[in-house]
Amino acid sequence: MTQATLQETDNIPVHPQESGERKWQDFFSFNTDHKVIGIQYLVTSFIFYCIGGVMADLVRTELRTPDVDFVTPEVYNSLFTLHATIMIFLWIVPAGAGFANYLIPLMIGARDMAFPRLNAVAFWMIPPAGVLLIASLVVGDAPDAGWTSYPPLSLVTGEVGEAIWIMSILLLGTSSILGAINFIVTLLKMRIPGMGIHQLPLFCWAMFATSALVLLSTPVLAAGLILLSFDLLAGTTFFNPTGGGDPVVYQHMFWFYSHPAVYIMILPFFGAISEVIPVHSRKPIFGYKAIAYSSLAISFLGLIVWAHHMFTSGIPGWLRMFFMITTMIIAVPTGIKIFSWLATMWGGKIRLNSTMLFAIGFVGTFVIGGISGVMLAAVPFDIHVHDTYFVVAHLHYVLFGGSVLGIFAAIYHWFPKMTGRMMNEFWGRVHFALTIVGLNMTFLPMHKLGMMGMNRRIAQYDPQFTSLNEICTYGSYILAVSTLPFIINAIWSWLYGPKAANNPWNALTLEWMTTSPPAIENFDQLPVLVTGPYDYGIEHRKQDANPELREVPL
Amino acid sequence: MQSQIIDPAKTELNHHHTATVVDPHHGGHPDHRLFGLVVFLIAEGMIFMGLFGAYLAFRSTLPVWPPEGTPELELLLPGVNTVNLIASSFVMHNADTAIKKNNLGGMRTWLAITATMGAIFLVGQVYEYTHLEFGLTTNLFASAFYVLTGFHGLHVTIGVLAILMVLWRSRLPGHYSSEKHFGIEAAELYWHFVDVIWIILFGLLYLL
Repeated sequence: MTQATLQETDNIPVHPQESGERKWQDFFSFNTDHKVIGIQYLVTSFIFYCIGGVMADLVRTELRTPDVDFVTPEVYNSLFTLHATIMIFLWIVPAGAGFANYLIPLMIGARDMAFPRLNAVAFWMIPPAGVLLIASLVVGDAPDAGWTSYPPLSLVTGEVGEAIWIMSILLLGTSSILGAINFIVTLLKMRIPGMGIHQLPLFCWAMFATSALVLLSTPVLAAGLILLSFDLLAGTTFFNPTGGGDPVVYQHMFWFYSHPAVYIMILPFFGAISEVIPVHSRKPIFGYKAIAYSSLAISFLGLIVWAHHMFTSGIPGWLRMFFMITTMIIAVPTGIKIFSWLATMWGGKIRLNSTMLFAIGFVGTFVIGGISGVMLAAVPFDIHVHDTYFVVAHLHYVLFGGSVLGIFAAIYHWFPKMTGRMMNEFWGRVHFALTIVGLNMTFLPMHKLGMMGMNRRIAQYDPQFTSLNEICTYGSYILAVSTLPFIINAIWSWLYGPKAANNPWNALTLEWMTTSPPAIENFDQLPVLVTGPYDYGIEHRKQDANPELREVPL
Repeated sequence: MQSQIIDPAKTELNHHHTATVVDPHHGGHPDHRLFGLVVFLIAEGMIFMGLFGAYLAFRSTLPVWPPEGTPELELLLPGVNTVNLIASSFVMHNADTAIKKNNLGGMRTWLAITATMGAIFLVGQVYEYTHLEFGLTTNLFASAFYVLTGFHGLHVTIGVLAILMVLWRSRLPGHYSSEKHFGIEAAELYWHFVDVIWIILFGLLYLL
């Protein structure tokens, strides 16, 4: 291999004022430093995660008993609508963008993103959009047509709430697109000399695939929402059958974005896991190119599977066949990644710290969600469980068991770099234990509930489902509690944790070759690549006593 | 290796890299704005693709298109307008050619003509709107017609404003030169984009 270490001492900034220590005000201002923006994204999205989590627990509390006894059905509808919208658009998508902002320039040896100001603009669209969405609760007309906002339902549930929802999503979508433009240009144009695409860390590959999806699919959702807002506010009937319109067209436009959106939400964390596992297994990644090109394959296939969400919407049979087959094919590149991670861990010197625990948890729970995904791809089975809790179980295994565990693995891994402090290992493990127990307790019984026929999006259900629902609800309380050790650990460590070394995990990617936290322009001198990003263990050859072996090029 | 320090000067690999390490200090950040604009226009194009796709889907759901009772569209004015917009793309290109030869006056003239042609297009569109016999909510075709042409008209407006902004900035001596004229290239690229979208739109709404 050809590349990736640099002389650590060279990159310790010589200007003391650029020590990388930021004043707290910087994080509340329109700052163009990609590292500040990355942390802004992560903290903001985490706050929305907590808000969305509270809503989830309110939903679960209502579902603890079969009767409507905690909130009214209308409020219940708003709660699950806002829960889903917040978790998707304000937590997982921006959290991925946060890591990308922080890591991409560091990983490719750039001083910043290609368009730092555009980057800040993209971030600053998120807080207003989120506040707007939550303000709908104050207005008293919160959106309650589900996060899918299918017309004609969404046209009759409350004009103000729906309009707020549309406006908020349009803002968030724009932010996402602007971010993707930055990532693509930065990745293609700003790599240090000598870093070809096959020396890129896999997180960068994943973010390229993600950004391509954002770029191609988000605008179509925007188009759908523009038409929907005309229906809602101007009296057109694009999606309203009473005026000759066709609601299925909205579903196509919606899922043309929202199916790729699930890859937008998982690919960044596939990338993060591909970084975490080799570092903490002390082994080169297994199948670098296979993982890299699998990201692109998932990205491409992700664009042509959307109608599998619409198997019951009356689309023609041949179209269902097409979407069933393409959906199942996605399991191939995904499986390639899973097996590559397992092969990377196999025989490695695994450090079972919080990062690695979350990464292993990610692989395990994601596989469950992946398998139920293949089940749902089959048209006959999908028709059977459509709109039941089986779907809810599946999506939470991939989004919580996948994305959220991936986010936590990434936070534990890069926290020392971002803050210059180590996190507490004991509480990290407590966090992991509570999370893995809570998540399986909450979502595993939902498979059974779905198979038994319990509908999703209802506040009231048949008493035969009670006991399983109780388990789910208590599991969700464990999940709520599980975030507390994390929050306290993160805040306490950020303030008082032991100082982190520049490269506490002995990693080889470039972000570890500068100070912790990195200086304001990342590197004082551009890094020089001497090894590949995952050449763990390979360096022993260089230190071999045999001088002939020492000459072997890396 | 990760913990031990490697002196690049002492590694045999280093000489491959020293030659390529450029600009260790601040400043020389190459200009990626035009590439960024291309990537942005891909996203913009996808909004229109979404709208076109929706239009074709609506069209396919109805047995007669446009729905019965929709007044015929007048072709003359939009036809002339189409020729006008296509021609303006060529005019716009002359501005780019002019500035590449450092011909600031020529560049300004061509830009002014382009902006005027864009404005004529918009006036023509407004005239057409006011003389059509159907409104936004008359039927599905009418709604699609107004939303699609309106959304495109919005883009033409932004294009005209961009050209006017370039014109306004060009009053500063040395703001644009044969080496430095991103503003003109960006406005031109955007203008061509708007033009291409209109050709598709015209085909879909008036001819198909």
